[in-house]
Amino acid sequence: MQYDDLVAAIRLVGVSKHFGDVKAVDNVSLDIADRDFMILLGPSGCGKSTLLRTIAGLEDPTAGEVWIGNKMVNDVEPKDRDVSMVFQSYALYPHKSVQANIEFPLKVRGVDKSERAEAAKQAAEILGLTPYLERRPGALSGGQRQRVALARAIVRQPAVFCMDEPLSNLDAKLRAETRAELVALHHRLNATFVYVTHDQVEAMTMGNRIAVMRDGIIEQIGTPKDVYDKPASVFVAQFIGTPPMNIFPAGSIETGSHLVGARPEHTHIATAGVAATVALVEHLGHEIQVVCTIDAEHRAIVRLPAGTEVPDNGSSVFLTVDENHRHRFNIETGLRIS
Amino acid sequence: MALDTAPKGWRSFARYSMLTIVALFILFPVYTTVIAALKPGNKVLDNPLLPNAFTLDVLKNAWTEGRLGRYLMNTTIVAVIVTSVQLVTSIASAYAFSFLKFPLKRLVFGIFLSTMLVPLEVTLVVNRRTIDSLGWLNSFQGLTVPFIATAFGTFLLRQVFMQIPPDLREAAQMDGLGHWGFMKEVAIPLVRPTLGALGLFSFLSSWNQYLWPSLITTEDDMNTVQTGLRHLASSDLDKPNLIMAGTIIAAVPILIVLVVFQKQLVRGLTAGAVKG
Repeated sequence: MQYDDLVAAIRLVGVSKHFGDVKAVDNVSLDIADRDFMILLGPSGCGKSTLLRTIAGLEDPTAGEVWIGNKMVNDVEPKDRDVSMVFQSYALYPHKSVQANIEFPLKVRGVDKSERAEAAKQAAEILGLTPYLERRPGALSGGQRQRVALARAIVRQPAVFCMDEPLSNLDAKLRAETRAELVALHHRLNATFVYVTHDQVEAMTMGNRIAVMRDGIIEQIGTPKDVYDKPASVFVAQFIGTPPMNIFPAGSIETGSHLVGARPEHTHIATAGVAATVALVEHLGHEIQVVCTIDAEHRAIVRLPAGTEVPDNGSSVFLTVDENHRHRFNIETGLRIS
Repeated sequence: MALDTAPKGWRSFARYSMLTIVALFILFPVYTTVIAALKPGNKVLDNPLLPNAFTLDVLKNAWTEGRLGRYLMNTTIVAVIVTSVQLVTSIASAYAFSFLKFPLKRLVFGIFLSTMLVPLEVTLVVNRRTIDSLGWLNSFQGLTVPFIATAFGTFLLRQVFMQIPPDLREAAQMDGLGHWGFMKEVAIPLVRPTLGALGLFSFLSSWNQYLWPSLITTEDDMNTVQTGLRHLASSDLDKPNLIMAGTIIAAVPILIVLVVFQKQLVRGLTAGAVKG
């Protein structure tokens, strides 16, 4: 399955979606390149799913334009947008066999029986579902159901795949495996993927680009490296990265009325610096995380290699930050200064 | 409760004894009916509880004299029409109340449901007039049309349609199904057990209708089996066993339907129709 001659770039121009007084998506403009793997990332309620559903055609935008390829699709039915969708709940037809589920989009489109059986077989093979074609979804594990949902999405070879938290119902191990498989699938299909998640690990590991959303607007668009290394705001800085970026009170690290942020790996315990109290020491096996309280509103986490000597709970320490790993944010707007 | 503290063996003994007594009460009239129907007329009144004579003539007479064949056919036609049209209207309205967006949906549904509170007897006179003015007395239209839509069916099916996850509707939308397609390909197959139960219910209640057909039929040809039995009873007062035989004949078809669809009925009433 290849899409060599297909242009499937997506362009959102000033898209808003309001539910009554709630602005789920507020004047969002976004360009998704052809064959991109774009992640829409944000906490729940930030509007990422609504934005995805607007691309898929399941929601009509209150304002703005949705373009897929060189066509404005605002008034185009979901089925005619050349988009397929994988739902968080998988949304398989429980009364149909795996094979019938996979070939269903083709059946609806009037593809003849032998042709769609062949296409279903092919999709099933890509996803390792061949032994389960006769089963009903109820007789499959969560991971297998998830694959059936993917197979149903790829069978009609759409230009764009929309995925709404497709891994969130899987256990941690399976999720990690499936992440890699989805990336491989993206390479293989060479189509445009738009992927919604609240999990920043998924975002960092899978996407070519990430759009971080908050309260219906996009805070930052960039490659995973951009977003991690140069977060555009305090929100992005603290949303991406585990543990999140430490934000120090204005004036404590360097003079000036701006906030200074630093990743835990760039924050150190030293003999002089910002005074803090050790609140908690977490031994994670491969490393140790020391949670320190600076004042009532500020905490900082320091990562130490396993085996290092750690301060006791409640002891006083001093924190410093590498000079060239400081992120500076405006104290009023939270936006990046440098 | 005393039963709960009793030893296990005694408890189940008590339970089964109760069930047996109740079953006897229920089966007794059935028993006397069968006994009477299988006795020649002159033996019916001596030893009414004992099967001391046997003949199939009474059943034969009931069939021919009572014109039960004709009545059974009428009833079957009425019950089949009412059941199938009721299923169609219930599916359509329940689907609309579950999956379509339209103004005042909740209000309209409330009004719909409130008709369940109105007993048949209240609307009887008005309905009879309406049917009369349409010229539908003594017709299949008159026997069926007032029953082709029920709030009960709409309510029951709406409840199971509401259990279908909204994602499924949206997945179908992405796959290219409109509402009719979704109804046919997804919604109806998923609620099939409930449809079976609903169908059986409306068939049973239609089969057992007495008051309405007795009001709008005056010609013998249009009698249903229930009103036909009344005629049989009133025409042959001296042959009590004839009416017994007629009752048995009238009950046999519905008994068969019940036995065949029993599983469907229980499943539809107990199981959630949709599983993930």
